[in-house]
Amino acid sequence: MEAGEAAMIAYIIRRVLYAVPTLIGVNVLIFALFFVVNSPDDMARTILGEKNVSPAAIENWKQENGYHLPLFWNTQAAGIAQLTDTIFFAKSVRLFVFDFGNSDRSGTSIGDQIRMRMAPSLAIAVPAFILGLLANITFSLIVAFYRATYLDYWALILCVITMSISTLFYIIGGQYLFAICLRLVPISGYESGAAMFKFILLPVGIGIVSGIGAGVRFYRIIFLEVIGNDYIRTARAKGLSEIRVLFKHVLKNAMIPILTGVVMTIPFLFYGSLLMEAFFAIPGLGGYTLEAINAQDFAVVRAMVYLGAVLNVAGLVLTDISYTLVDPRVRLG
Amino acid sequence: MYTQRQTRIQNILDAVVIIALLALYGCGNPPNNPHGDADRRVNYYYDTFMAPPKHLDPVRSYSSDEAVFVCQVYEPPLQFHFLKRPYELQPLTAVHMPAISTRTVEGTSCAVYEITIEPGILYQPHPCFARNEQGELIYHDLDDRDTDGFVQISDFKKTGTRELVAADYVLQLKRMADPRLNCPILSTMAKYILGLDRFHADLREQLDGVRAARRRAAGLFYNQTEDEKQNPILLDYALVDLLGVEVVDRYTYRIIIKGRYPQIKYWLAMPFFAPMPHEVLSFYGQAALIERGITLDRFPVGTGAYYIETYLPHEEIILARNPNYRRELYPHEGEPEDMARGLLRDAGKQLPFIDKAVYVYESEYITAWNKFLQGYYDTSGIDSDSFDQAVVMTEQGVALTDSLKDRGIGLITAPTASIMYFGFNMRDDVVGGLNEKKCKLRRAISIAIDIEEYLDIFSNGRGIPAHGLIPPGIFGYFDGRTGMNPYVYDWDARQQRSVRKSIKEARRLLAEAGYPNGIGPDGHQLTISFDNMLTGSSYAPYINWMIKQFRKLNINLEVNTTDYNRFQDKIDSGNFQFFNWGWNADYPDPENFMFLLYGPNARHGRGVGNNTGYVSRKFDRLFRRMETMENTPERLKIIRQIQATLQHDAPLYFGYFPVAYSLYHDWYYNAKPNLMGRNNLKYKRIEGDLRARLRSEWNQPVIWPVMLFGLLAVLACVPAVIMVWKRGRRP
Repeated sequence: MEAGEAAMIAYIIRRVLYAVPTLIGVNVLIFALFFVVNSPDDMARTILGEKNVSPAAIENWKQENGYHLPLFWNTQAAGIAQLTDTIFFAKSVRLFVFDFGNSDRSGTSIGDQIRMRMAPSLAIAVPAFILGLLANITFSLIVAFYRATYLDYWALILCVITMSISTLFYIIGGQYLFAICLRLVPISGYESGAAMFKFILLPVGIGIVSGIGAGVRFYRIIFLEVIGNDYIRTARAKGLSEIRVLFKHVLKNAMIPILTGVVMTIPFLFYGSLLMEAFFAIPGLGGYTLEAINAQDFAVVRAMVYLGAVLNVAGLVLTDISYTLVDPRVRLG
Repeated sequence: MYTQRQTRIQNILDAVVIIALLALYGCGNPPNNPHGDADRRVNYYYDTFMAPPKHLDPVRSYSSDEAVFVCQVYEPPLQFHFLKRPYELQPLTAVHMPAISTRTVEGTSCAVYEITIEPGILYQPHPCFARNEQGELIYHDLDDRDTDGFVQISDFKKTGTRELVAADYVLQLKRMADPRLNCPILSTMAKYILGLDRFHADLREQLDGVRAARRRAAGLFYNQTEDEKQNPILLDYALVDLLGVEVVDRYTYRIIIKGRYPQIKYWLAMPFFAPMPHEVLSFYGQAALIERGITLDRFPVGTGAYYIETYLPHEEIILARNPNYRRELYPHEGEPEDMARGLLRDAGKQLPFIDKAVYVYESEYITAWNKFLQGYYDTSGIDSDSFDQAVVMTEQGVALTDSLKDRGIGLITAPTASIMYFGFNMRDDVVGGLNEKKCKLRRAISIAIDIEEYLDIFSNGRGIPAHGLIPPGIFGYFDGRTGMNPYVYDWDARQQRSVRKSIKEARRLLAEAGYPNGIGPDGHQLTISFDNMLTGSSYAPYINWMIKQFRKLNINLEVNTTDYNRFQDKIDSGNFQFFNWGWNADYPDPENFMFLLYGPNARHGRGVGNNTGYVSRKFDRLFRRMETMENTPERLKIIRQIQATLQHDAPLYFGYFPVAYSLYHDWYYNAKPNLMGRNNLKYKRIEGDLRARLRSEWNQPVIWPVMLFGLLAVLACVPAVIMVWKRGRRP
């Protein structure tokens, strides 16, 4: 094994080990925050519904679902049972081995639900991300090419306008225009397989358009910074065409800051978009999380927040690794 | 002239465009059809649901959105007649209405309800009944390998069925007492079904014993939830006697009720009293299925007209026709106007008519509404946001807008069996109490709250002002002058209707209550706290409106908004003065409304139902007389007395009875609201050809704007391209 590879592996192991106390802290914090706001009685009432919910029914629910125990410390138990006979130990410790358990509300396996619902979230998020990135980079390169012209000026104004418009407006406007007035795509819905195409066309399009304003402005600044360097002037002086200068030299050297944002975003594609999934009836993870919050389903909320923390750590490690791939000057360790 | 290479590229591009268009547009199906090409002209019903059901186990399911599914699959012995009003019970799986006799058991006088079910009723095809050639059940000893990759009940290749027997109904009654199932009506039924409370306690003891033994064996790291997922506990219901149920023979069983409780007949029309075969419990009680989430709570098993074919609660739920459904016919009679409405057109035909019902999950009302207008859903409710688009008020009353009438859409309205009311804390020092001054204070406030205005502003007029507790359509409802609340309204003889008393009258009452112009004996303005769970900015206009109502009397309304759980805590602890809430009836009997004010049910004493804490000896005495009576003139007289007492004491301001508005398309037949019985899907009929034709007509795609936009985008690039070319040519 080469020295570089060994250093990278050692770095990854170190970062994973650093993540352990972070994840422990996240687990404890989610637990504490949830139960500061909601008591097990509150959870029982929400899950049992509004009709005929007697105190006996609430106690019974708590007993059946293991929420009758103390939160962190059981003063009535003896020895180690003071720690293990608690809600935290019963419900949250298993997260460390990625055993998410069952939903408090429906009893279904959270792990199975995550696996099942990840695909619809990715079906929207991945194309929107890739196509959005391509569109942002292309348009910002074009705008950078036409820097200091009227095209540049009006493009910036257009970017600010599109940034100022709420995503919700894009969603409702897009549905109204393309699904109701023009009747080109379904208003909402989802099907797996090849039939998915017509359902994701509009949400993916909206995802791209709603992000273009901010994306073009951000990448334009990066490209302009690179364009001002001496080696770009040298490339022009050597007689290379402007297109070649932009797409070969400018783009390559702008990759590091682009990668910072892009790679960090990748793990969160799994989470999906709450708004998009709600309005387009996509059965993804974003909607799953939102329903769990509304239903006070602690098991699901805890699992999704924990998953988010894990994805965050993964994103940071991936970002660091990707630096070494695009910039030979960067070494890990 | 193209070269060979150019021709090949052109052909490839053409193919890509054609494939893309076909993928998008299918073969002649409107491109915005969310249901796919397979649904054209088929006999399917399309509807939505807004919240994934929590429970489909009939002993646990209690909400109306779950009843949409549960009531099509499960069949209790009785049902409500689809067409007759007032609501009337009739046999469903029972041969006739229960035979009632009396018996004395352990010194207690009991009513015995004997129910005989029809022979030959079969369950839906289900793997729990599948047997091999030797007659052995083949799916009752499963392990993880057998169920690898299974997510739906349809993943099991073999199914079977068997005949419905009386013992199945008895088993379900016993399940009500299972502590693990949290049956919402256990506390109610335990009061009436002989021995049910003792049975519940015995099952609890059995369960606790098993758990204690497992805990001792497992040691410190025993996790009850995980352990029971992997090693489910099967309680043996036969170990303990339940005195209140008896199996007489294969098709007959009895329910024994302590004392008298005629309302039990209404419960016999609810899924709580549906049958449960023992094969289902042993099938779903296997760890290999519990691990995969394949449980009775998600995949019900019944004898109903439909069964659940697909269960994806965050996507769609599909009910399919039960091939084993017995011969049941569309009713021959109904209300006098049903014939003119075409509701008897299908009289005598075999049910059900629809092959499949597809319910699609829609979390946003606006998308469901627009799809309904496009014809992709067959029925719809009306949200406040779309009310003006759908309905106009005319001199003749409510009517549809022209745009909906042009599409052949129909409207039906029906008062719901529910009430939205405002309550006072009868134990509060300021607003509570039964002395005349306190009653006047509450009556003054009742006059000031202009519910007619509320209905106009916030509910688009979808409600009937309430003068008493009992809504229209239920025995004990009084209309017109007879039912008028004389403390809040006056009768206008010319217009022949009740008119709210003036605010001047309210102020007079307030002064007599000891608060002239809203100022109390201590010289300070009267302040009343309004406790509510109206979180969310959309409720701000309503809250402001409430403040204005009290301001008419110069009373300061202090608004305390909390979440649902904190609100419940306040009600439980009696820490409130004034609130608003609602009640949705379980069955069409006045007792199910009057119990809301029965003294022993006072919430503050840890009872259930009486949130105001109202305790009146007169009311309680009349209620006890009325509660178990049949619907007779004598009962009606008592109800009038109760109503007069409540109107005088005013523990509630009665608020209003909501009216449900529903829309349906021209191709949807037999639309009649049945707010008591929810097993109505079997009566509905769809004309698939008409639907396909109209959908196609209404949803022709409009392509030219996209083409125009594309052309303009290309043209807009021309100056930029010219600039690039010029730059390239620059020396």
